Amino acid sequence: MPVILWTDALIFLLVAVTVGFVLYVRHHEHLRAPWRQVLHSRLGMAAAVVLCVYVSIGLLDSLHFHPRLEGGTGAPRYSTELISVFDWIMGPIRERVEKTYSAPFASHLYVKEAMGRPGGEVVRAFPHLEYGGRHLADPAQKGWDILAISLRASAEGLLVWGGLGALLIVALSRRWGRRFSETLRTVVRGHGPIPWLVILLTAGVVILLAFLAARLGVKYHIFGTDKVGQDVFYLALKSIRTGLVIGTLTTLVMLPFAILLGIMAGYFRGWVDDVIQYVYTTLNSIPSVLLIAAAILMLQVYMSIHAERFESVTARADMRLLFLCIILGITNWTGLARLLRGEALKLASVEYIQAAQAFGVGNFTIIARHILPNVMHIVLISVVLDFSGLVLAEAVLAYVNIGVDPTTNSWGNMINSARLEMGREPIVWWSLAAAFVFMFTLVLSANLFSDAVRDAFDPRIRRG
Amino acid sequence: MIAYILRRTLYAIPILIGVNVLTFVLFFVVNSPDDMARMHLGMKYVKPEAIENWKEERGYNRPLLWNGEAPGLGALTDTIFFQKSAQLFVFDFGRSDSGRNIGYDISQRMWPSLAIALPVLLVGLLVSITFAMLIAFFRATYIDLWGVVICVVLMSISSLFYIIGGQYLVGKLLHLVPISGYAPGIDAFKFLVLPVIVGVIGGIGASTRWYRTIFLEELGKDYVRTARAKGLSERYVLFRHVLRNALIPILTGVVVVLPLLFMGSLITESFFGIPGLGSYTIQAITSQDFAIVRAMVFLGSVLYILGLLLTDISYTIADPRIRLH
Repeated sequence: MPVILWTDALIFLLVAVTVGFVLYVRHHEHLRAPWRQVLHSRLGMAAAVVLCVYVSIGLLDSLHFHPRLEGGTGAPRYSTELISVFDWIMGPIRERVEKTYSAPFASHLYVKEAMGRPGGEVVRAFPHLEYGGRHLADPAQKGWDILAISLRASAEGLLVWGGLGALLIVALSRRWGRRFSETLRTVVRGHGPIPWLVILLTAGVVILLAFLAARLGVKYHIFGTDKVGQDVFYLALKSIRTGLVIGTLTTLVMLPFAILLGIMAGYFRGWVDDVIQYVYTTLNSIPSVLLIAAAILMLQVYMSIHAERFESVTARADMRLLFLCIILGITNWTGLARLLRGEALKLASVEYIQAAQAFGVGNFTIIARHILPNVMHIVLISVVLDFSGLVLAEAVLAYVNIGVDPTTNSWGNMINSARLEMGREPIVWWSLAAAFVFMFTLVLSANLFSDAVRDAFDPRIRRG
Repeated sequence: MIAYILRRTLYAIPILIGVNVLTFVLFFVVNSPDDMARMHLGMKYVKPEAIENWKEERGYNRPLLWNGEAPGLGALTDTIFFQKSAQLFVFDFGRSDSGRNIGYDISQRMWPSLAIALPVLLVGLLVSITFAMLIAFFRATYIDLWGVVICVVLMSISSLFYIIGGQYLVGKLLHLVPISGYAPGIDAFKFLVLPVIVGVIGGIGASTRWYRTIFLEELGKDYVRTARAKGLSERYVLFRHVLRNALIPILTGVVVVLPLLFMGSLITESFFGIPGLGSYTIQAITSQDFAIVRAMVFLGSVLYILGLLLTDISYTIADPRIRLH
């Protein structure tokens, strides 16, 4: 039984907008040119491959449903648990819950427990994990077992990668009308405008890691387990959706206001300009963390007083996530609005706009037909640039307890709960490490990609 | 000049009124004082008398905007808006929900905040400008390319990682400085070293990259070409001409954050246990002390507006071509 949460709906709206945008761009040469330059950037395309993987996981994690319960006759019964397609795929890893912490690739628990021996005596020792390394006859063989699984997984990964690479080259040689060997040489030597070699190599690394994670993940906990015994690798993957939602939906909710108000202020000037400038200076003058804190505190009070208005814990956490996006958007739109105001001021005195005014074209038609297309590159650059900052901000907000709901999987929450265990001996480092690695990969590729986009779209940098 | 400053100060008043009304709406209209009392006293089994008591102690038992029962001007002044929000204009922050004097706390706590924020700013500025100069000097070489890539990598690491990593490496493994804590006076030094280093490293990536673009922009200008045409060495051009001109946007960009330094850094302070305004704010947020959060929102906006004013003034000092009207 499918369920559509608020953020799910907005994510799919965003996907629809993106697809529409892509289709629109395809038919307009002047819009295609800068995108082609993005396609030709090596770092940008490598980053794009990684981003694609993140986005696919995030999208799979946004298709929520109540799973049907096995057994029973007549009308199908559904579980009250709300899971996503991604959870369903990850089932073998998700359901293997240990008692508490265990280190990456461990076969034993992190803490000692009293255990009864066959002779009746009780000893304190590290018990075997329920699932991690359970298949081993002798835990001392663990290293060899991991090596064997990794080798097999690498071989499979390389095979799949080779197959995909061959398919790509066949497709390319058809398109270019050349022989297979010629195309292969062009790609491997890195000739040709699009850096196919870089794309292939990045995809190869991703595929290899995916196979390793899948093969090892079902036998061991590759990033260990957390306090309640959940697999940290699974949690880190689940957090991708939260990161993407905060990075993209925030911009989506603020965009209409920023564009409309920014352009109106620059185009109409006079009192409209004064009012809009006053609004954004006021909002901007409140330190953003404090504004977010104030708003989230109030939301907390509201939610705990009106707990009955939310169907389930998931729905409530989802509302909080959406609200966080909105409030982050409110603190963030001022920068874009100011940029757009400046650009609209400049454009309003350009001759073709004056001509349109002289012809008696309506103000809003002028804004929509002449000004908006000419400021879209600013909007695009700022959307892409904002993304990584927002993902990083989520972690900081979680630390101050004003981030996403504590029940939502997010890197911020992972870091926040792992931080409290830093004092333990030996140190529990794997939750932190997993959260940082996944967050770093996303933010780094977003930064590299946004640099490529900015280089292509910023008319001050654009060459040729 | 004085007339300009005066006019800008007057312009700040409607903005502060806006901030004030906004916080008032957020804190008192979205949720009534009753809701807040219930939140603090525990959700369910709260007697109405306990709520009244709680409100009475903190002065929340007045009407929001208009007190019909009070005589004369009291109708306006004996309200929550006047007592709790409007009083902020004279920097009377009142008492926190736990009964402490907020004004006194702020005056005590802003100095430790400054003791971290100021060195971070100055050392960070020095280091970033040096690196940016270096990268700009070697522009369009591999040093430039890799310098920028390293900057992007540094930018992509969460600030939490710098703090946790720094604490673990320097404090726990090497035992060089205490992991957290604070002492007044000269003893503060050993507690401040680590937060300052972490703060500087955390900010290096973004600022170096930003300053590099400023330097490169300056390098493309006509006066640089003139200087080169005169036969000046590249080093001379960079240090004597470009550096001076690039410092104008860099320093004016710094001025705007100067007043906000008092507010401290939320995360750093609470990780390192520094009793500054940043950790004060965090404590207030986690203990849901709305009075303190309200006070900090107002203080933050005042300091921000002060920063804008100082920026405008510093532009005229740095660049005499700019006239203020």
